[in-house]
Amino acid sequence: MERIAALARLELTGDEAVRFAGQLTSILAYADQIRQVDTTGVESDVASGAPPQWREDVPVPSLERDGVLESAPDADRTAGLFKVPRVLGS
Amino acid sequence: MSLPIGACDIRAAVAERRISAVEICRAALDRVQRLDPPLHAFLHVNETRALARAAELDRQPPPDAPLLGVPIALKDNICTAGMPTTAGSRLLEHYVPPYSATVVERLERAGAVILGKTNCDEFAMGSSTEHSAFGPTRNPWDLTRAPGGSSGGSAVAVAAGMVPLSLGSDTGGSVRQPAALCGVLGLKPTYGRVSRYGLIAFGSSLDQIGPFAGSARDLAPLLAAIAGHDPCDATSAAVPPIEYAARLDGDLAGLRVGVPRALLEAGVDAAVRAGFDHALSALQHAGAVVSDIALPHAPLAIPVYYLVANAEASSNLARFDGVRYGTRAAASSLSEMYYRTRARFGAEVKRRIMIGTFVLSAGYYDAYYLKAQKVRALIRRDYDAAFEGVDVVALPTTPTPAFKLGERTEDPLQMYLSDVFTAAANLAGLPAISVPCGVSAAGLPLGCQLTARPFEEATLLRAAHAIEGQIPMPPLPAA
Repeated sequence: MERIAALARLELTGDEAVRFAGQLTSILAYADQIRQVDTTGVESDVASGAPPQWREDVPVPSLERDGVLESAPDADRTAGLFKVPRVLGS
Repeated sequence: MSLPIGACDIRAAVAERRISAVEICRAALDRVQRLDPPLHAFLHVNETRALARAAELDRQPPPDAPLLGVPIALKDNICTAGMPTTAGSRLLEHYVPPYSATVVERLERAGAVILGKTNCDEFAMGSSTEHSAFGPTRNPWDLTRAPGGSSGGSAVAVAAGMVPLSLGSDTGGSVRQPAALCGVLGLKPTYGRVSRYGLIAFGSSLDQIGPFAGSARDLAPLLAAIAGHDPCDATSAAVPPIEYAARLDGDLAGLRVGVPRALLEAGVDAAVRAGFDHALSALQHAGAVVSDIALPHAPLAIPVYYLVANAEASSNLARFDGVRYGTRAAASSLSEMYYRTRARFGAEVKRRIMIGTFVLSAGYYDAYYLKAQKVRALIRRDYDAAFEGVDVVALPTTPTPAFKLGERTEDPLQMYLSDVFTAAANLAGLPAISVPCGVSAAGLPLGCQLTARPFEEATLLRAAHAIEGQIPMPPLPAA
């Protein structure tokens, strides 16, 4: 549980960790039934629907930078940057 | 003079200047104010802008606007520029997107008036709308029961008569299941039929935006308005929408309907079975031929779905890290910011991210994720084979009528089984509709689900129209 939570950058409360352990075990036990299916020679099916549409690789206008930075919890609009807490060091 | 209620009637009345779009809008806002407090279908009511938009439509009605003056509600995971979009999550509690989803732009072009945003399970993860961070929505047929989910608010907004039309999103049944439990029509279009640009992503190989309406006649112009290729969504198909409304009428002579009988043997409520049989009789009465078919891998749809959808969700939800949008928890380092911000996800979202991360992790990828994708291919092949002999596959939409609020929240697996008949259409990318087929003895709505070949939405609407014409729904019990 701890390893998976860390991979997903999730902080579980003590209560959640206990509850989830039981619930995830029963969900995965239920999912185990697919392991009995013979899939010899079956290609995995990821694509669905119509064939993908390609477009010419030409630049087109995208979202306005100011509008995007407006939605950010912390940004330097003048510099056009998102701001985050310290990344390196302590 | 009484105001028109249905979308087609409203459009005709506004276009002929018998009534103004502002009067229609005010009436809808009044209904929301009066009816919504006990139901909680809406998270945001767009009063000022909706009235301004309606006034603009009255001043300068655009030509050929198929939804002229029609009020519509949108699930709150569909981005609307300048209007809150929370996806039912604390992480996006104050988020106002800088752009609108393609469906929103198309609705505005069609003359619709966006009345507000509707409640849903957080990031569309749930089957009851109880996993919304902002409290549950209640079923208008019985306030002690869930409306289904995840698009519960959009289903209730139409079922309670607050708006004639709404949009939801359907990843494993999230439009069809609440439509069935609330007694309205709900359609999941073919994968690629409707652009998802601006839909907050959950399971990208499964998600589709889908319409709710009170009748097939009202649903047809809404689908036509939102369907079609969009350069902003590479998975949207280059298949132009058709005039669905023109294909509704006429009998069903020659239509072959297949029933995967083995799926109905266990776990289906008696009232649901009776409603389903009633719907089959209606199809036969309209000229369809009903026969039994087999979908041998369909019982595996739920385990496959919850592995594939959650794997995709764990990846899609990585973007909610507190950097670019939404809320951010106070922290002294980047890593701490990630953990503390993501701690605000609700329990169901965390559970699904955990499952998805696990099945994609080293050592488990082949056994779970890859295996699930292979079984998914077998489920799709079953449908391909079935559609060689029939045109439509019919099943009940849900195994039971609406369940009590709180009944399934502590048992995730039981909640997941609400989607037992709906998830396969998403896995196979097929269009499917839920159409009301009466009520149970307790007065709860029942739904019949019809599935067709890719891009055969017109067939589904025609069959649904035949069913609704023969099985009128009783009025909602007085609140």
